[in-house]
Amino acid sequence: MLRPETWLKPFPYGLFCEPGGFFIDPTRPVDRAIITHAHSDHARPGHRAVLASPATLALMRARLGEDRAGGSQQPLPWGEAITIGGVRVWLEPAGHVLGSAQVVMEYAGCRVVVSGDYKRCPDPTCEAFALTACDLFVTEATFALPVFCHPKPEHETERLLASLALFPERTHVVGCYVLGKCQRLIALLRAAGWDKPIYMHGALFPLCRVYEAHSIALGELRPATVAARDALQGAIVLAPPGAIQDRWARRLVDPVVALASGWMRVRQRAKSRGVELPLVISDHADWGELNRTVDETGAPEVWVTHGREEALIHACAQRGLRGRALRLVGYGDEDDEGVSVEEVGAQAETSDQAP
Amino acid sequence: MIAFAELLERLVFTPSRNAKIALLRRYFETQPDPDRGIGLAAITGELSFATAKPSLIRDLAHARTDPVLFAWSYDYVGDLAETVALMWPSASNDAGPPSLPEVNSALQTAAKSDLPAIVAGWLDASEPPVRLALLKLITGGLRVGASARLAKIALSEMTGGRIGPDEIEEVWHGLEPPYERLFAWIESRGPKPDPADAPVFRPLMLAHPLEPADLEGLDATAFRAEWKWDGIRVQLVSTRGGRRLYSRGADDISSAFPEIVAAMNFEAVLDGELLVMRDGAVAPFADLQQRLNRKAVSPRMMRDFPAAVRLYDILFDRSEDMRPLPFDARRARLEAWYARVQPARMDLSEMIAFHSLPELAERRANARAAAIEGLILKRADSPYVPGRPKGLWWKWKRDPLTIDAVMMYAQRGHGKRSSYYSDYTFGLWNGDELVPVAKAYSGFTDQELIWLDRWVRNHTVARFGPVREVEKSLVLEIAFDAAQRSTRHKSGVAVRFPRVARIRRDKPAAEADRLEDLLRWVGDERAA
Ligand SMILES: [Zn+2]
Repeated sequence: MLRPETWLKPFPYGLFCEPGGFFIDPTRPVDRAIITHAHSDHARPGHRAVLASPATLALMRARLGEDRAGGSQQPLPWGEAITIGGVRVWLEPAGHVLGSAQVVMEYAGCRVVVSGDYKRCPDPTCEAFALTACDLFVTEATFALPVFCHPKPEHETERLLASLALFPERTHVVGCYVLGKCQRLIALLRAAGWDKPIYMHGALFPLCRVYEAHSIALGELRPATVAARDALQGAIVLAPPGAIQDRWARRLVDPVVALASGWMRVRQRAKSRGVELPLVISDHADWGELNRTVDETGAPEVWVTHGREEALIHACAQRGLRGRALRLVGYGDEDDEGVSVEEVGAQAETSDQAP
Repeated sequence: MIAFAELLERLVFTPSRNAKIALLRRYFETQPDPDRGIGLAAITGELSFATAKPSLIRDLAHARTDPVLFAWSYDYVGDLAETVALMWPSASNDAGPPSLPEVNSALQTAAKSDLPAIVAGWLDASEPPVRLALLKLITGGLRVGASARLAKIALSEMTGGRIGPDEIEEVWHGLEPPYERLFAWIESRGPKPDPADAPVFRPLMLAHPLEPADLEGLDATAFRAEWKWDGIRVQLVSTRGGRRLYSRGADDISSAFPEIVAAMNFEAVLDGELLVMRDGAVAPFADLQQRLNRKAVSPRMMRDFPAAVRLYDILFDRSEDMRPLPFDARRARLEAWYARVQPARMDLSEMIAFHSLPELAERRANARAAAIEGLILKRADSPYVPGRPKGLWWKWKRDPLTIDAVMMYAQRGHGKRSSYYSDYTFGLWNGDELVPVAKAYSGFTDQELIWLDRWVRNHTVARFGPVREVEKSLVLEIAFDAAQRSTRHKSGVAVRFPRVARIRRDKPAAEADRLEDLLRWVGDERAA
């Protein structure tokens, strides 16, 4: 077996598969890219050729525009292997957001899985994480501290509904990331029996439409913009995280400001965002899931792309696993940044319609 | 314990007073006895058990967690109890978390050496929110973000206003956790608890600030005037059931002023101003401050800062309720009572004779004593009404350019103060939320700075880089030279040269000034 570091090389702007001649999730434009999922830190515009799951390509086109999503776009269905420069490549679901994939590569008798972002908790809006045994597991570490133990998401939506029952006259504005979190939250609310219309900031509609085109029912969605303020009393209004504290939200009737994010586990983080109702809902693996997944892949070696790599590597070392921090630059957690550039653009377009 | 932990969790993040009341109300309405009563006691600070030291938590954490991961986690979370609550290995015991009464009684009775094992068992059976509430409770670090007063208002709202918060206040100090008789009364299942001879607190009657506009309509002959002394308002309650000295916020401060309590060898309820007095002269407020917030007081403190009470009013003479009587009649009774009883360490507030308001204004302007804050005008026919009824009592402050504001944030100072939290941001009420209006970093003594610094560290609710957000419970009187409209400030007003005039530990945050109070001074300039 050829050791993986001889053919898979971390550059600051992405992981490069030398024999295949492609990058995975590069943060600057390259010739050939495999994209794990459509979050903006992983799916950048301007690559010449892009290979990804069909849903990821659809989401990239919706976010970036037809031409910026990749000069040539090659959809690769789940489990269908192709060979690029002697490297056998296929995609397995990562359970993170719709279309999110793990990239599996086999070369010279060595199998490597690059997980991208992932979670193990069931999510009705995306394909479930598929465990793949491998020799090297390349993982994220966004929530890699033992303090991150995400509660059941149903428990969190229950708290939101309990708050609506207690404050039926107040608008509940929930900050949720535009891709993945938003649609998952809607699905969770529908599953909890909330069948009223859900109101949304204009920036959230385009990607919800992509989800619906992939047969994920979201129920009735209305723009929070056109409706009268009164109709929003006691309603759930979803908005990008960056919009919940600005004038847009303040114009609502006595709003309860909520935010759905794994970071809400820590009080200080919730306080600093001015959140009244922190909802701990994350699309990333928590500490327990990260460690369990590493163990279940059977990989003796773990590379960590981004996040709290030192804690995960420390914990792996205690179980006799080799860990390596790749220190890739430019990945973050989609909830963590106040407002992404994309969101600002979307808000600017829709702010004139705000209630 | 789950419902209690959820309540605490929401109170911590809820800025609005009304929303806090709604949360408290729902908790009291949905929880059974005796759980809710113990919860009420925890919120009002009435639970008494020997609290554990933070080292107990640290030791537990070290036994169950990897030290390296613990250090990184603590560094990230910034709070010891929260770190342990979050990283404690997940529920391994399906017994479910303990109930609040169970926790309370175990803490009352457990031997100190058994405590670590008991606490570990509870943590094993709980999820993070309950673990955090438990750890905060046992270390005495419970900051609920709601005052005892709010809890009483919530109880009052449960009755649809049938029983007012002041009525609850009046029986409160005669009750004990878990307050089953109180809840029975609230829910119309039982009679009003009879405090009998218990020395309970009676809510105070407070004065409205007098505005120039109010002055015009005032009929001088209908009012009586007294000096407003710069001490703290107190209520002396002495019954067959005991003696208590209460602050205006219903805090029992008896233990800090044993000489006053010793002098209460009578049966009455009196209203007065607590002062430090030497040979009949009132000492500056700073002297009184030496005596406040002390659990025990040394003979030397009592000698150097002798306390006294200047009496304003009589509420009860033995069991006779004087409060419905008009002020003039109460005053006559107070004078007769004073002549008869001749209590030590007390004197009568002087009545100021006057014929017209301009005459009174002149006396106010010429008042020399530094300890005189201004005048109090009381309608001669006013009964003693709890709260701040409009038109009956007015306070006419000598220096109007001060506001009572609530500390919101603190930041480390510069130079020799860099190790102290000495820069403060203050807010005033707007609706039921606080809006920041001023930053001040001067006006206090070095001793006060040490006290303020410790207060900030003990009441931090969040940290943002160098800034700490504090519990919104400390009132400070802020002096300033002028107030101007400003579009740069969220409050819409900027104040010039704000400085701390004094620390108002006696004043509940809910009674701090409102943004309107500050806006009134816009344009009213004084020489610096
Ligand atoms: Zn992602």
